[in-house]
Amino acid sequence: MNDIVTWLTDPAHWSGEDGIPARLLEHLVYSSVAVLIAAVVAIPLGLFIGHTGRGRFVVVNLAGAARAIPSLGLLFIAVLLLGPRLSGDAAFLVPCLIVLVVLAVPPILAGAYAGVEEVDPSARDAAKGMGMRPLEVLTEVELPCALPLIFSGLRSGTLQVVATATIAATAGLGGLGRFLIDGLSVRDFPQMAGGAALVALLALAVDLVFAIVQRYAVSPGLTGRTRVRRASEPGPPPDPALQTPA
Amino acid sequence: MTWFTEHFSEVLTLTGKHLYLAGVPLVLGLIIAIPLGWLARRHKALYPPLIIGTGLLYTIPSLALFILMPVLIGTRILDPVNVVVAMTIYTVALLVRTVADGLGAVPESVNQSATAMGFNRLRRLFTVELPLAVPVIAAGLRVAAVSNVSIVSVAAIIGVPQLGSLFTDGFRRNFADPIVVGIVACVLLALLFDLVIIGITRLITPWQRIGKVA
Repeated sequence: MNDIVTWLTDPAHWSGEDGIPARLLEHLVYSSVAVLIAAVVAIPLGLFIGHTGRGRFVVVNLAGAARAIPSLGLLFIAVLLLGPRLSGDAAFLVPCLIVLVVLAVPPILAGAYAGVEEVDPSARDAAKGMGMRPLEVLTEVELPCALPLIFSGLRSGTLQVVATATIAATAGLGGLGRFLIDGLSVRDFPQMAGGAALVALLALAVDLVFAIVQRYAVSPGLTGRTRVRRASEPGPPPDPALQTPA
Repeated sequence: MTWFTEHFSEVLTLTGKHLYLAGVPLVLGLIIAIPLGWLARRHKALYPPLIIGTGLLYTIPSLALFILMPVLIGTRILDPVNVVVAMTIYTVALLVRTVADGLGAVPESVNQSATAMGFNRLRRLFTVELPLAVPVIAAGLRVAAVSNVSIVSVAAIIGVPQLGSLFTDGFRRNFADPIVVGIVACVLLALLFDLVIIGITRLITPWQRIGKVA
């Protein structure tokens, strides 16, 4: 335990291009780029599927099947097959990013689709009755109501990406995983454990940021923070952020 | 394909180890999650800390948890016990909420009937609440089983042998065959877990089938 603290507090590990801040930044850049691409693809698609009800079968099965594929194997096969076709850093970066995006799409898609599908039908009917067009119903009623589940999908997708970006260091990627992998190859346990502690802290911090953003982005009427609807219901409301997407 | 036929027995041994490393934590995790889920359900004050606390454990990346395990429980880095304990933690993290939700889905009138018939709390839990919660718990168990099979393979990076070893081997030698065999074996193993859980659930919830026919 003391070795880890010594390693973490050593000033030599806090500077340079293989120092903790640089590795942390790499990890955050890979993860955000992957989640951003996945969100741009999956959220509109999920909203469309939830709104129209088309392609539901595909999403449910895709999300289930994707969970069974081991990401480590997928990562290695992607680097082996795509790596030789690319040059320089891209040989590792592109296949790793593709795997991270593929990993993040199913949970985000499932969150967006389930969020829209679970919107109270009477709210939807009311919006139609007020003369809203389908696109207005989607953006002004269904999207705000679906936000808790969209967030929980984004959250679990992001956590998977942060975890897998760690593994991706074995396939030549930078990021915090480097401390774990480099430490392992020279049997430097303090470095490995220090890196592992950093990754765990990063994951918890990312989760916390999501919880805070969600708290302020989601309408208070949906989170149970308003007192009006709670009066007759016993017990605390389940935290929607921790709900696994359907 | 030739690679697979030549290394069949090796793949089989690794599959056996994988089965052990993913399966034992599944059983242990369920045994630990049942009382925790029951506590979360029974005492309103315990619900948020138990559900959020165990949920947070799941956010810790697996490779980090495998490496930190020796520091936490005082084992050696290559000890398979690290993987079993880490996977048990993940299973508990997923299942506490499921057990609490499953117990919560039991109709209150059913619980009141059992109490009125003179069942004490323990007997009511084991003969009424838990059996009725089986479908919900089984659904969570299926998710946990499939994730376990996938996560265990990461332990190959720190050198604990199982199907993930095929990934690291193939990658090191720039050879796709073992990786493909490993992925297929993992998916099949996940499918096997899934089928076993579905089978057991059907066996112990006969009323569900009758309900569907009628």
